Amino acid sequence: MDQIAFIVEILLPALWGGFVVTLGLIACTAPFGVLIGAAVAVGRVYGNRPVQYLCRAYVTFFKGCPLLLLLFILYFGLPSVGISLSPFVAAVLGFIFCNSAYDSEYIRGSIRSIKEGQFTAGLALGMSRAQVIRHVILPQAMRRSIPGLVNEFVYLIKYSSLAYMITVIELTGAGKMVATRYFTYNETFFVVGLVYLFLVTLTTIGAHLLERRVSLPS
Amino acid sequence: MDLSAILIDWLPFLVTGIIATLGLVLSALGVGFIIGLPAAIGQVYGSRPVAFLINVYIWFFRGLPLLVLLFLFYFGIFPAIGLGDVSPFVVGALVLGLHGGAYQAEIFRGAILSIDEGQMTAARSLGMSRTQAIRHIVLPQALLIALPGWSNEYPTVLTDTSVCYAIGVAELLTRASVIVSTEYIAMPIYLACAGLYLILNYAGMKALHLLERRVSVPGFESGSNWT
Repeated sequence: MDQIAFIVEILLPALWGGFVVTLGLIACTAPFGVLIGAAVAVGRVYGNRPVQYLCRAYVTFFKGCPLLLLLFILYFGLPSVGISLSPFVAAVLGFIFCNSAYDSEYIRGSIRSIKEGQFTAGLALGMSRAQVIRHVILPQAMRRSIPGLVNEFVYLIKYSSLAYMITVIELTGAGKMVATRYFTYNETFFVVGLVYLFLVTLTTIGAHLLERRVSLPS
Repeated sequence: MDLSAILIDWLPFLVTGIIATLGLVLSALGVGFIIGLPAAIGQVYGSRPVAFLINVYIWFFRGLPLLVLLFLFYFGIFPAIGLGDVSPFVVGALVLGLHGGAYQAEIFRGAILSIDEGQMTAARSLGMSRTQAIRHIVLPQALLIALPGWSNEYPTVLTDTSVCYAIGVAELLTRASVIVSTEYIAMPIYLACAGLYLILNYAGMKALHLLERRVSVPGFESGSNWT
């Protein structure tokens, strides 16, 4: 079969559905990853002892446990204790755990990089601790974390492919099905790879624009 | 049969998996180093076309998901060049190495660029060739500076090895899954497997920290400006 015809007529239409699922996985994960990551980071820096300890255990576990194993635990393991998740939900949950653990490290680093005097100054102006964190520390810390968070977003795009291993038919899964059926592994995974490269490159460009958009004068 | 008996029964099976996982990690780090260091040197000191080619390599292998790379190489490229019966372990180690090499190249490039340019000029003025200056002046310092960043590759590669499950390498996760589907107990086995990964992670980092302390040069703090 003519390769160009195969790619245009069979491969690309078949990949489209998977592409949408991949975008869905990413869109459902990224916001929660950042939110929970910020919460865990705040807990590690400003929490009391037990909270700090818990947040550290959270990060250690989800950074140390391979994502694929985590997905297996959520999808194949949880039913044995009476919780059954759909593959998509299990994948998103796993991605959120993993993504937030890494995000929290970047955010924690930028929180620590904010001068302590700002915290004292906030308290001296009559703000509560929570108010200082919410209105003084975090707005600055989140801006400084953007490069790290973008990095993590790029990782998320890539590891979203692991959802296929728990039967979510996303981009890689759709590709695998076409490749197995027509025996065209080279063409198929090359095209699939190009789609991921496109997403990753687009993100890097978008990140530069975002950074410029939210940067503060001086 | 209760759980501890099952675990003891399967222990040798799991240990073989741990060995395979460590084998993957070591070969991936090794291949990554062999590719990453020359790639970084080529990026900094190479001619335009060389630097461009290396950039394409890094862009490609950093932009593609590991799973897609494994599928592409194991089902596509290897059979196409007549190496269809190469074991999945070899393909896995090679792909992990190519993938890691792209990241390692970035680490080494940063370290090389952090060496003051004056050192190159000084070495040249002492009559050294460019190659000699790179080999004897720049690299010994750059490698020392790169070591902490390079150490962080270990936990990443360790967790990445589990993706080799997809092409059937009999590493730790694959073997844990075999136990799960044979014994019909999922949660304890998976959690034990996670525990093993955490232990491997911790032990490896400890070993790398020891290495860092062992090779550190007094007065030459890695990361500090050395001018």
